[in-house]
Amino acid sequence: MDGVHVIERNDFDALLDALTRRGYAIVGPTVRDQAIVYDEIASSADLPAGWTDEQEAGHYRLRRREDEALFGYAVGPHSWKQYQLPAEVKLWRARVDQDGGLSNVTEPPRESPRYAFLGARSCELHAVGILDRVLLGGSHPDPADAGRTKDLFIVAVQCGEAGGTCFCVSMKTGPVAERGFDLALTEVLEEHRHYFVVEVGSERGADVLADVPHGEAVEEDRTAAGAVHARTASQMGRELDVTEIKELLYRNYDHPRWEEVAERCLTCGNCTMVCPTCFCTTVEDVTDLAGEHVERHQRWDSCFTVDYSGIHDGAVRGSAKSRYRQWMTHKLATWHDQFGTSGCVGCGRCITWCPVGIDLTEEAAAIRESEEGPK
Amino acid sequence: MVPEPFEIVVKRRDTTDTWTFELEPRSGEPLQFAAGQFTMLSAGGAGEVPISISGDPDRPERLVHTVRAVGLATRAICDADPGRVLGVRGPFGTAWPVDEVRGMDVVIGAGGIGLAPLRPALMSLLARREGYGRLVLMYGGRSPDQLLYPDELADWADRGFEVLVTVDSAGPEWLGHVGVVTRLVRRAELDWTATAAMLCGPEVMMRFMVAALVDQGAQGENIYASMERNMQCGIGHCGHCQLGPTLVCRDGPVYCWSELAPWLAIREL
Ligand SMILES: Cc1cc2nc3c(=O)[nH]c(=O)nc-3n(C[C@H](O)[C@H](O)[C@H](O)COP(=O)(O)OP(=O)(O)OC[C@H]3O[C@@H](n4cnc5c(N)ncnc54)[C@H](O)[C@@H]3O)c2cc1C
Ligand code: SF4
Ligand code: SF4
Ligand code: FES
Repeated sequence: MDGVHVIERNDFDALLDALTRRGYAIVGPTVRDQAIVYDEIASSADLPAGWTDEQEAGHYRLRRREDEALFGYAVGPHSWKQYQLPAEVKLWRARVDQDGGLSNVTEPPRESPRYAFLGARSCELHAVGILDRVLLGGSHPDPADAGRTKDLFIVAVQCGEAGGTCFCVSMKTGPVAERGFDLALTEVLEEHRHYFVVEVGSERGADVLADVPHGEAVEEDRTAAGAVHARTASQMGRELDVTEIKELLYRNYDHPRWEEVAERCLTCGNCTMVCPTCFCTTVEDVTDLAGEHVERHQRWDSCFTVDYSGIHDGAVRGSAKSRYRQWMTHKLATWHDQFGTSGCVGCGRCITWCPVGIDLTEEAAAIRESEEGPK
Repeated sequence: MVPEPFEIVVKRRDTTDTWTFELEPRSGEPLQFAAGQFTMLSAGGAGEVPISISGDPDRPERLVHTVRAVGLATRAICDADPGRVLGVRGPFGTAWPVDEVRGMDVVIGAGGIGLAPLRPALMSLLARREGYGRLVLMYGGRSPDQLLYPDELADWADRGFEVLVTVDSAGPEWLGHVGVVTRLVRRAELDWTATAAMLCGPEVMMRFMVAALVDQGAQGENIYASMERNMQCGIGHCGHCQLGPTLVCRDGPVYCWSELAPWLAIREL
């Protein structure tokens, strides 16, 4: 498993072929509707070659690069969450009997493809792990959830440049993926050469690599990859001081800053939809027109809706302030107590995709500054 | 996430809007549970809701639920008649500390439908009557005809529970107490520092009840409460039941008050 290898750009499709031959459905980045999203990938022609993404609070735009990098962007609005926990899942289907009772309750077949995630970033690997911990780490793991990512093959890509809203360095989730992958690629673009420095993270990874034309990495290749990693780490668009952040937020549930952010927040829930770890779902029973069958559907939900906290005599969190506070304290503080990890990996999606550019790093910093003075 | 079929074998009307159901598992496998736990219950395609088990933990052959019709899902359940099959997942959640409070005086404080989740604890305490000091039920309802389990209240009194009942309002034929349940706390002369309390009812009622208990000298760590939050899954996956650093379906519904108190002081948590 040891060693560092090199795949030339011209041989890259052999990697995809090797995965396809092993029965994996490859999902990876592709350009659609002016964004880089995740979808099934047939060949490197589907990848966002030559594109990068410009990201700021409330701002995302694709821009042409000066080179033909396949992975020269940060992260888009999609995350691997959509494969671990799809936006809508059919839980079961049943017949409705004459008297209104149910019979023939059946679960849909679990026919998830074996996925290969191509282009997963370090922060995303952490997010996949966090979501697994929530869904599978408790005392009631759902086999349907487990089935979706069983035998997952991960081709990580080390970030070649940080996005404008990234803060993985603060969250200690990146930019360099150190484990949790089968293969990890660092894309290197030189004037006359385009290649990938490859680290092998598992036996399966080694097996796939053996099927792809590759060479041993020489000293210069390693140095080039190291330079990419160092450059990315120095480019973080955002920063978040996480020193005792749980305690900080626990002390400040009544901070005036929550009112201020609530005045701007539209409670649209975009931040929860794009977040790779936000896992909240709701269920709905759907009856067919004839009333003969019923299905229970589970779909993504957001703590920004009033109904989310509704009990029959009203919502627990009626105000926008309480809902933004619930979301941010969950990501950065209560998640630690609930699941033994942070709920945020510093990917910056919630900042980029917030229509009014609300930035949790800025909100946390404001609360910290009110206690400690400006940094 | 697929519910188990349970057939309604007995349906008893408790009040104008509340029914108690006895259910038998189609599988023949009794649902073992601890007093205080709940199931996710559903009738037809009308949604699934958390409902506490209100039966005797020593007799799990029949699953007992007491349900108040307040909305879509609970109304569909209450409309179901014997012979109908309901969907059940569970049991889930934490239990009343029936064993932990051995040797102590125990106050059961219930408001309205809140007596249902406490009934299994009451039954367990009575089944092991000699293990406890004084047992006092303080039960508040809206009016005399809204009280749950009237026959059993008398039976519990015969078997060693001091049963104190109060209603918000009543006609002249009512000879019992009128007023809020917290008033009963002051009436009961207990050795408060060695008294445990188990509470279930509307959140405001529990807050006032705790204040009254603590005022008398009861210790926060001896007070337990069953909390209600929106629940979509019951198994720690949907996020809806969050209460600060906890998930009510997993870390509750029964909590020790001293752990909860700082969180409940935060509005709209
Ligand atoms: C641990 C626990 C134990 C409970 N035990 C009992 C009991 O023994 N007997 C009893 O009568 N009631 C009990 N309840 C309350 C009962 O769950 C609610 O009355 C019921 O969920 C209301 O649903 P509904 O659809 O009938 O009401 P509606 O008002 O129609 O509900 C509207 C919507 O809000 C949602 N909703 C409302 N309240 C809740 C909730 N608590 N959880 C999830 N979704 C909710 C419903 O899913 C629905 O979509 C308990 C609640 C909890 C959390
Ligand atoms: S909270 Fe924001 S930055 Fe953190 S993981 Fe979620 S989307 Fe990324
Ligand atoms: S923080 Fe931004 S994205 Fe999140 S709910 Fe508020 S307005 Fe929407
Ligand atoms: S009810 Fe879904 S997490 Fe508790």
